[in-house]
Amino acid sequence: MLKATDLTRRFGPLLAVDRLSFEVEPGTVLGFLGPNGAGKSTTMKMLTGFLAPTSGSAEILGHDIRRDSVAARRVMGYLPEGAPLYGELTVAQFLTFAAEARGFRGDERDRRVGHAVERLELKSVMGQTIETLSKGFKRRVGLAQAILHDPPVLILDEPTDGLDPNQKHQVRSLIREMSPERIIVISTHILEEVDALCSRAMIIAQGRLLADDTPRGLLERSRYHHAVSLEVDALDRAASRLGELPEAREVEIRRGRLTVFPSGQGDLFRAVGKVIEQEGWQVSHVQLESGRLDEVFRNITRKEAA
Amino acid sequence: MSAANVFVVMRRELASYFATPVAYVFIVIFLVMSAAFTFHLGGFYEREIADLEPFFRFHPWLYLFLVPAVGMRLWAEERKHGTIELLLTLPITASEAVIGKFVAAWLFVGLPLVLTFPIWITVNVLGDPDNGVIVAGYVGSWLMAGGFLAISACLSAATRNQVVAFILSVVVCFGFLLSGLPIVLDLFRGWLPQALIDGIANLSFLMHFDSISRGVIDLRNIIYFTLVIGFWLVANRIVLEIRKAD
Repeated sequence: MLKATDLTRRFGPLLAVDRLSFEVEPGTVLGFLGPNGAGKSTTMKMLTGFLAPTSGSAEILGHDIRRDSVAARRVMGYLPEGAPLYGELTVAQFLTFAAEARGFRGDERDRRVGHAVERLELKSVMGQTIETLSKGFKRRVGLAQAILHDPPVLILDEPTDGLDPNQKHQVRSLIREMSPERIIVISTHILEEVDALCSRAMIIAQGRLLADDTPRGLLERSRYHHAVSLEVDALDRAASRLGELPEAREVEIRRGRLTVFPSGQGDLFRAVGKVIEQEGWQVSHVQLESGRLDEVFRNITRKEAA
Repeated sequence: MSAANVFVVMRRELASYFATPVAYVFIVIFLVMSAAFTFHLGGFYEREIADLEPFFRFHPWLYLFLVPAVGMRLWAEERKHGTIELLLTLPITASEAVIGKFVAAWLFVGLPLVLTFPIWITVNVLGDPDNGVIVAGYVGSWLMAGGFLAISACLSAATRNQVVAFILSVVVCFGFLLSGLPIVLDLFRGWLPQALIDGIANLSFLMHFDSISRGVIDLRNIIYFTLVIGFWLVANRIVLEIRKAD
């Protein structure tokens, strides 16, 4: 288990992380969500033992990050923000160094490196110096270094930042593959990633924990949750007709699209369907909305800023 | 403290030296400069004495600029590129990292020193020198380089800008080099008690190096350089802890 208790970090007068407490069980992919400068990276730096917390503590599988730092680092794989690497080394030299620093020697070292290389498809660039690689390859080298020792805890700071859609997909598949039995913490400001990848999301802004929920739970906080959107020929008439339904709370027209929000009584989707049938409108598109993460994110983080 | 971890860090660091032209430039410059000093300024032939005094005499001045040039990148570069975060979140301690990097740089500085062996052969062909004194000179020279290097490593951890690290290192090394001479002592004269001024005078690299290179391997001189290196490495460790996240 990963456990943080009142984790706090100050940089001079700036309170970067403010009494953050949480626990993560194995089998969880936890997403840190937050605007830039929210304290996501600082929290990760504290969890990995790079930064000492100003106060508070954290434990990784029972190892205190301050008192038992080396043991805690041994069970962790870490991809720092921007995936920094020794650019002048070749991929092979670098991964060998990472494996040796984790205590592997000889055949075991080569096996570990080989396995990570295979997993991230790095074989073709093994002899190349890292600084000559594309961004996608660099990120994969950073990930290879982090999973080399098959760690039970993975901390990945913006693992897909700056990658193209195919590379993003690849990295996400890897994280998904590794997620059973493991604790994976990723930070991101890409909202779709939370939905695609995480089993739990924490929204952090100005160093404070504002929401801690499943992605589905967050979606339920959206006012679009269970709303019905439709594109219909007679927009205004449809809006007033649907607005009268007891299942509807309000209607909204935006960019040629009508959205009906649920009042909470009855089944709005079915009621809207019935009306469409009765009136015989020409409908090109009907959709039951699951909720919009970007809206939830804005609401939660803006409320804080105000 | 695990020697295996120190070794892993050291090997990585050495690999980086030789992956860039820095290593070759440094070696060539060192060899050319030390030859130029020895033969032109030192008057190696004109003296008609079979020893390497004119060779070693200029080492402190050569090191004053060349060693900070090697040391400036040690930590400043790690911080600039963010690799320090990678290095210090591996299961190795900060002390192991500090020592590993220092040893790598020290060995690296020792390499051109070893490559000056032709001058040793030359002096043995031309005359009959006291080879014990020459060995002492080499040992002293390498120890002094270690002192300069430890200072540079520590100051390199204080900034992410290599130029700043270089200039700071040269200034502090210069102070240590000359602390026995009036240029430094006059700064303190008049407001520090004589005992402390004597203490500062005793910190001079030049004085300790001179006595080693004259063939007097006094334990005190060796302890002196060991203490200087140890002190600056401990300082390096502390500066690193304070500054690594900035």
